[in-house]
Amino acid sequence: MQFGLFTVADVTTDPTTQRTPTEHERIKAQVEIGVVADQVGLDVIAYGQHHNPPFVASAPTTTMAYVAAQTSTIMVSTATTLITTTDPVRIAEDYATLQHLTDGRMDLMLGRGNTGPVYPWFGKDIRTGIELAIENYSLLHQLWRDDVVNWQGRFRTPLHGFTATPRPLDGVPPFVWHGSIRSPEIAEQAAYYGDGFFSNHIFWPPRHTQQMVELYRSRFEHYGHGRADEAIVGLGGQAFIGATSQAAISEFRPYFDHAPVYGGGPSLEEFLDQTPLAVGSAQQVIEKVLGYREYVGDYQRQLFLMDHAGLPQATVLKQIELLGTEVVPVLRAEFAKLRGPGVPEAPTHASLVAAAHRQSTPNPEPSQSLDPQEQS
Amino acid sequence: MTTIAVIQAGLRTPSTTALLAAELSQAVDEAFVGAAPQVNTGSQVNTGGQVNTGSQGNAGSQVTIEVIEVRQHAHAIVDHLLTGFPSPALAADLDRVAGADGLVLVTPVFSASYSGLFKSFIDVIEPDALANKPVLLAATGGSERHSLMIEHALRPLVTYLGADPVRTGVYAATADFGDRAGSALSERSRRAAAELAARVLAPSAGLVPTREPDRDGQLGRDPQPSPAAMPGFVPFDELLARVKP
Repeated sequence: MQFGLFTVADVTTDPTTQRTPTEHERIKAQVEIGVVADQVGLDVIAYGQHHNPPFVASAPTTTMAYVAAQTSTIMVSTATTLITTTDPVRIAEDYATLQHLTDGRMDLMLGRGNTGPVYPWFGKDIRTGIELAIENYSLLHQLWRDDVVNWQGRFRTPLHGFTATPRPLDGVPPFVWHGSIRSPEIAEQAAYYGDGFFSNHIFWPPRHTQQMVELYRSRFEHYGHGRADEAIVGLGGQAFIGATSQAAISEFRPYFDHAPVYGGGPSLEEFLDQTPLAVGSAQQVIEKVLGYREYVGDYQRQLFLMDHAGLPQATVLKQIELLGTEVVPVLRAEFAKLRGPGVPEAPTHASLVAAAHRQSTPNPEPSQSLDPQEQS
Repeated sequence: MTTIAVIQAGLRTPSTTALLAAELSQAVDEAFVGAAPQVNTGSQVNTGGQVNTGSQGNAGSQVTIEVIEVRQHAHAIVDHLLTGFPSPALAADLDRVAGADGLVLVTPVFSASYSGLFKSFIDVIEPDALANKPVLLAATGGSERHSLMIEHALRPLVTYLGADPVRTGVYAATADFGDRAGSALSERSRRAAAELAARVLAPSAGLVPTREPDRDGQLGRDPQPSPAAMPGFVPFDELLARVKP
């Protein structure tokens, strides 16, 4: 199972000091978060994509490449790559290049985006959001698998004789997760292609996530990719860890109360009661996260939002350290004990290459070289 | 089981809006009795809240009237607007609204329109939950001056949401509560309630029933609803067909 972080690079005022980080500070903070996550042994760091203030997340692959160059183990990913308003040709090119640069130490999560004006800023109509997501991914899927593409669609100019460069590393496209909050169409799309499904799983009651994951699993099986419990599921979450429950709650409360998303609504206690938000001692956070499995089944990836709501960078880095040293090692061990037989791990470049090899050579000769250079 | 949900947005206790809601609850109960061939076996009416009746509606089905007080959910409604999801108590009443066979809406007049809190409650109802649902429109005000608010504000709101408002709207000015028995208010309440009962018992031609078929009553069907039966689900081949150039 993979554990990591996701971030949307929001530029938010610290409510306890009234200080707002500069864009430069926040961009550098995003990188530092990835580097520290790698150091404490987390598996994934996922960057968001936004095209307006108060975010500095408009160039995800640039950030991901910069972080990958400074780290050794952690996988860089997205949460999310905008599949609606980004040209699928550019997604194919940017992420395949990243795949080569990182030697496959990456994947991506596609999303539709939640900011209305982004659509017209990029020449799209929000009313066709679902259709855009379907058509754009269909093209992206093809660009990574067909060396020469002849294509036409509703939302982009046609392509004739087009090759997306570079071709995917080892001929295996990056693994794709489809991220969703409430759209059954996206769960259905993930199931259709046999791709991963990621539920945002923050700010909402668990019931939404449970419904979407159940839908994805049953349709994954329907489309013949495997059993429902073999589907690839990821969850978001948000955690704040303190030495004790009271310490965590009192330290986090001012950030919660003034957060752009949470502020002015239900209390922190109501949110803790009604949503997956986990604020408490390491042991309490562990217990709450272990409980997610009860309504989504065995899953493959758990990401945490930890730099939200104006938390200062020093606090964020401390939280990442606590997550990596006190929470995740226990979660790894406990989830492994609970895991059912035959449930797969999250796909990696290596596992996908091995699977592709098994598919193309069902009865390999022992003497046959696997090196493409030697086959002619 | 036929259920009518009465949504009343009065802010005070006691309030004229609650009084009108109680009067309409009683009238609706009697209208269902009057619409059925069976003899009324007697009913219990609680003017302060729930009215559970023993009266017979159509073909032996009973009518239950559930009163929802918007004021009880004032904070939860705002929280819902801010977070996008309801508290458990608000969710339960929203489910009652969506599951009802018909509605009675009663709002005070604020600034020549329905009250903001009433509108906020309507705003957190799921978009299609009111589709084709028969509705009785009612309002209260200090004087008769804004009685046409029902026609200019409430009826367009309800028809936009796809509901099926009955012809007669019931407006009560404060002075109406000092009028004699058999006054215009009583007559309009009876007429509107009869229209609602008739619409619930015999839906307008061309409209589909609002409630999903009772799953327990469906013979031969898997009792576990499949995930693909969730609202909004479209199979992928149909999604792909939508993007064909």
